[in-house]
Amino acid sequence: MTWETFLWTTLGAFLTLCTFSFLYKDNPFYKFAEHLVVGVSAGYFALVLYHQILIPNVFDKIFDGEWWYIIPALLGIMMWTRFSRKYSWISRWPIALYMGIASGMAVPREMHARVIEQMHSAMINIIDMNNIMGNSFFDTASGIAKLIVFIGTLSALFYFFFSKEHKGFFKGISQFGIWILMIGFGASFGYTVMGRISLFVQRIQVMRDWTVVAWADEASGAFAVFWIITFGVFAIWAVFEIRKYLRSKRSTA
Amino acid sequence: MRLKLLFLSCLLLIFICTSAFTQDEAVVADSLETTAETISPAPATSLTAIDKPDDHGHGIDLSWELSADDGGGLMSVMGYMIYRATSPDGSYEARSGLLLNVTAYSDVGAMNEGENDYMPDYTDYYYKVRALTTDSAVFADSEILGPVQSFGQWFNWKRLSVLLLVAGFLFLTVYFIQKAKGGAKLFVRRLAGIEAVDEAIGRATEMGKPILYVLGLGTAADIATIASYTILSRVAKKVAEYQTGLIVPCYDPIVMAIAQETVKTSYMNAGRADAYNEDMVYFVTNQQFAYVAGVNGVMLRDRPATNIYMGKFYAESLILAETGVAAGSIQIAGTDEISQIPFFVVACDYTLIGEELYAASAYLGKEPLLLGSLKAQDYAKACLIFLAIIGFITLMFGYHGIVDFFHVAG
Repeated sequence: MTWETFLWTTLGAFLTLCTFSFLYKDNPFYKFAEHLVVGVSAGYFALVLYHQILIPNVFDKIFDGEWWYIIPALLGIMMWTRFSRKYSWISRWPIALYMGIASGMAVPREMHARVIEQMHSAMINIIDMNNIMGNSFFDTASGIAKLIVFIGTLSALFYFFFSKEHKGFFKGISQFGIWILMIGFGASFGYTVMGRISLFVQRIQVMRDWTVVAWADEASGAFAVFWIITFGVFAIWAVFEIRKYLRSKRSTA
Repeated sequence: MRLKLLFLSCLLLIFICTSAFTQDEAVVADSLETTAETISPAPATSLTAIDKPDDHGHGIDLSWELSADDGGGLMSVMGYMIYRATSPDGSYEARSGLLLNVTAYSDVGAMNEGENDYMPDYTDYYYKVRALTTDSAVFADSEILGPVQSFGQWFNWKRLSVLLLVAGFLFLTVYFIQKAKGGAKLFVRRLAGIEAVDEAIGRATEMGKPILYVLGLGTAADIATIASYTILSRVAKKVAEYQTGLIVPCYDPIVMAIAQETVKTSYMNAGRADAYNEDMVYFVTNQQFAYVAGVNGVMLRDRPATNIYMGKFYAESLILAETGVAAGSIQIAGTDEISQIPFFVVACDYTLIGEELYAASAYLGKEPLLLGSLKAQDYAKACLIFLAIIGFITLMFGYHGIVDFFHVAG
């Protein structure tokens, strides 16, 4: 491991610990990591915007003779009038244009993705009436599963009826709908938590592997000093916090 | 002894015979292979090429009939490749990988000049299909077909059902908006999550602490974000009336600009234009977890009495909601991002599930425009439920018309 790699990975490990310190409570280490990541990402975003959006989609196009790209560029510049109290109303024009186009495009897209596809998936054949005497009349296991999907979809739709009070028949079916939704949410929650834990394990593994490499290196003494400093700072802070806590407890007693 | 000798001799004989036959078979097989490798296979026939229908151009559909030696005859054809040129005797370039057991292929290129694989429209193309064997030197080309041109269509007939449903929904929307404008009372059932908003604003006022409103990670074009503006407008108006603090950290610069306008208008409507401060709505960063870190910091340091999360959320939802719990805030959330709803359900006091978020804006606003569209949504849902039941029943009798109507191929 080179010194350069070591320094960056040490910084990474230190920032990981700073972030984990939030599990205890808000503290200067977390604040430092938070401000660092927010600042760096905002600066990074500005550069990405310039290099990946402005240069290829505006400057290059205009200089290549595609002059009509000046129109969106002008709309973008109009947004800058927000800095002026007198002319800030001009910025509403590009916003209105953007919102109008975006909303118009969203309607058919959502209708396709969220309504039509869902409807197509819900209508499943579970019983073949034309083959009533045949073997495929009703496949018990998959037939029941499909029936649950169909009834579940419809009852969940009933839950999202806002024009009618949930009473009587509506109450029963919409309650079944919300149960179906909650079962789905539960499964989704468990699945995602598993994913998050695997991310955590991955992070711990990265730190462990790096520690092993660092200690096995020739300059292990220097690495040890870094680790001792890192943990030392955390330990001193922890001692201060514990003392503060004990004092506050004594004063309340 | 003799018997043993006889038995061994028989075994030896059987072994020799079987060896000889095996060798013969191998020789026959070898000779067949040699024939197959050296004799060119029959080419693919009946090649057709037409412009790919219902697209934006830059695509051509090809079809052909299998070679006589594919699955029959010499059994030597293992697959096909499509070649294209811009003149009949020009240089042909491969347009596909190895195609196995297929008789159709769509040759689709890029639509923008300068992109790799750019395929200009209204250009003459010539095609041939090459039947390939295991030996790369042995193949057979079909007859050259062309010229054929690609071009875009104005209307995608495969999406006719989308058009019809959107038109139907628009009709319902206009009808109910007119009805609401005419003074008809349109009932909307109680939404607990939204009723809690007023309560939460009151709590914040009593505690003298601000309200944190998070618009999520969506762009200004997302429907969830658009619905969130209406709720923000209502919250900002109440906040202005009660003179409570409001914090709106934004992820997207355009969302921020619209949110600023929304809050400003609400303050003006509440007659408190002087109390509006542009710094209430500010941009944090456009990186997901950096944004979360920033918002978490606000939660812990400013200790808002109420956190409202309305809009599009992704993996950060649980981190935000967990921090809100740790900070002791009342939390109300709403999103149409199905995978994130469970986290809000677990960590927030009230959650608006999916479409409830859209309904919330109508419920709060009580404006004819919003109420009319909400009614239209409900009637559209009723129609869809009816169609789903009819489709389900007819499918059992082998009629696929309704199911096919809801199948959009491209």
